[in-house]
Amino acid sequence: MVAGSHMLEQGIGELFSSCTADEIRDWNRDHKQRGMVDKVTTAKDAVSRFVNDGMYIAIGGFGHIRISMPLIYEIVRRRIKHLRVSGHTAVHDLDVLIAGDCVDAVDVAYSFAYETRGLSKNGRKAVESGRVKCVEWTNAALSWRIKAAAMGLPFLPARNMLGSDTFKYSAAKTIECPFTGQKLVALPALMPDVSVIHVHYADRYGNCLIRGTLVKDDDLAKASKRVLVTAERIVPDSFFRDAPERTTIPYFCVDAVIEAPYGSHPGNMPLEYYFDEEHIRGYLKAGRDENDLKAYLDKWVYSVNDFEEYLGLVGMKKLNYLRRVEELR
Amino acid sequence: MMDHTPIELMATIASHQLEDERIVGVGTGLPMIAGLLAQRTHAPNLIIFFEAGSMAPIVPTLPISVGDSRCSHRAVAATGLAGIMETGQRGMIDYAFLGGAEVDMYGNINSTVIGDHDHPKIRLPGSGGANDFGSFAWRTIIIARHEKDKLPERVNFITTPGYIDGPGAREKAGLPKGTGPYRVITNLALMGFDELTCRMKLISIHPGVTVQQVIENTGFELIVPDEVGTSPLPTAEELSRLREIDPDGIIIGK
Repeated sequence: MVAGSHMLEQGIGELFSSCTADEIRDWNRDHKQRGMVDKVTTAKDAVSRFVNDGMYIAIGGFGHIRISMPLIYEIVRRRIKHLRVSGHTAVHDLDVLIAGDCVDAVDVAYSFAYETRGLSKNGRKAVESGRVKCVEWTNAALSWRIKAAAMGLPFLPARNMLGSDTFKYSAAKTIECPFTGQKLVALPALMPDVSVIHVHYADRYGNCLIRGTLVKDDDLAKASKRVLVTAERIVPDSFFRDAPERTTIPYFCVDAVIEAPYGSHPGNMPLEYYFDEEHIRGYLKAGRDENDLKAYLDKWVYSVNDFEEYLGLVGMKKLNYLRRVEELR
Repeated sequence: MMDHTPIELMATIASHQLEDERIVGVGTGLPMIAGLLAQRTHAPNLIIFFEAGSMAPIVPTLPISVGDSRCSHRAVAATGLAGIMETGQRGMIDYAFLGGAEVDMYGNINSTVIGDHDHPKIRLPGSGGANDFGSFAWRTIIIARHEKDKLPERVNFITTPGYIDGPGAREKAGLPKGTGPYRVITNLALMGFDELTCRMKLISIHPGVTVQQVIENTGFELIVPDEVGTSPLPTAEELSRLREIDPDGIIIGK
């Protein structure tokens, strides 16, 4: 144990993903490609190469907004097990992984619920039965943990979580500020083994543009050991070269690029298409019964070969409708 | 007078707590509605922050999520969770508007678990941005259901700290000074906090509600001052604005 002399208290939760500042540097020296190489591939290939049982995974977007469903479905289809997941507002993304029995533990900020639609029976049951273990954080805490790793630092100090049971059931510590003596929470860097992020535009090298709120995905791409990107559109190299301020995520963070129009379905994709509420309602209803949930996964995940086939089941009529809803028409 | 639902009454009273030209961070559900209503009535220049990163959007129709595209519609900036919460940590967020399954006499909020943490009776969503907003905002407004077990003496789990266990506790814990719970709005009453004891105190009862009824439905000893006001009924103007915001009654119809 290397706790510093200024450590005051610590949470009792398990630290699922830990890294030192030098481990971050060493990983980036040894494993991240600098060259501009074509990284375009399929979801199947990316998951088979980069996602393994027991990994710590983070998902870009906001749980049911701008989520990478082609990669999530592929993880379920490959029956990846024992994942630990960052739940910085996890909604449908995490719930589908839990439904597929891929998840052992969650760093919870917001999870197991669908905002105005209410709680998810499937997610709740997984925790209440003890199948999925939880450690508590907050949205800012997980964002700053990711930011610490993105900055190459072992932790960031902050002023949230103090005086709460959220702290008590986290793996954070409190420290004294070496300059002012102020009590602060120390949030340990979070370096996910793999992140899956859905973006609006990507080029073949992995430069990405995200429109609308970023949530934390710029930092997430920098913090993660491996980054798999799905994109609504793959654009020519000139798209970023002509206007470099467009680059939300620079190419060298990214390990795989997959073209995936409608890739956030049934989630919202800002400025592209809105939630498929009918689909989500159906999923939540299925989640109330084990057999119905199994039938849902059979139909939408296991029985289709890839995301294109899945979209075939959804149908263009519905997808066009979701574009009109997004455009407030 | 138009008929109104209890939720509509809570939404209007909640909206009254917000001042114009202030920044408010709102959570999912009723807090969202209250912020949008305030903008459409007495506080047209109220600035709403949504935790996924949107600043000062012009929300066109009721969002489903605090992170969906409705929440960043015509915003002045689309940042991220850190962008919003760092702004709060710097002291720029005036109000936080939060809901919770349980709220206790010191305004501590539980939205994490009922029962033991590792073997919960009911698993709730967790903090989301609530702990962050509640730690940083100058004033936190809480919306809750007024039932004995929803307003216990101590919450099962402090997801978001209120005054924790009394005067000075927030500062001792390291939380920014001068912050904390400001109002609690329920289906029966509007409450504030006593300056000396930091305990919840009745301000006004909703029309048709008695003080006795409020006391009976509160799980702790509520401070009842000599003068208790009556909350105003929603105006016809407020009700029609509310129904424009939520035409399908997704939240106000609950």
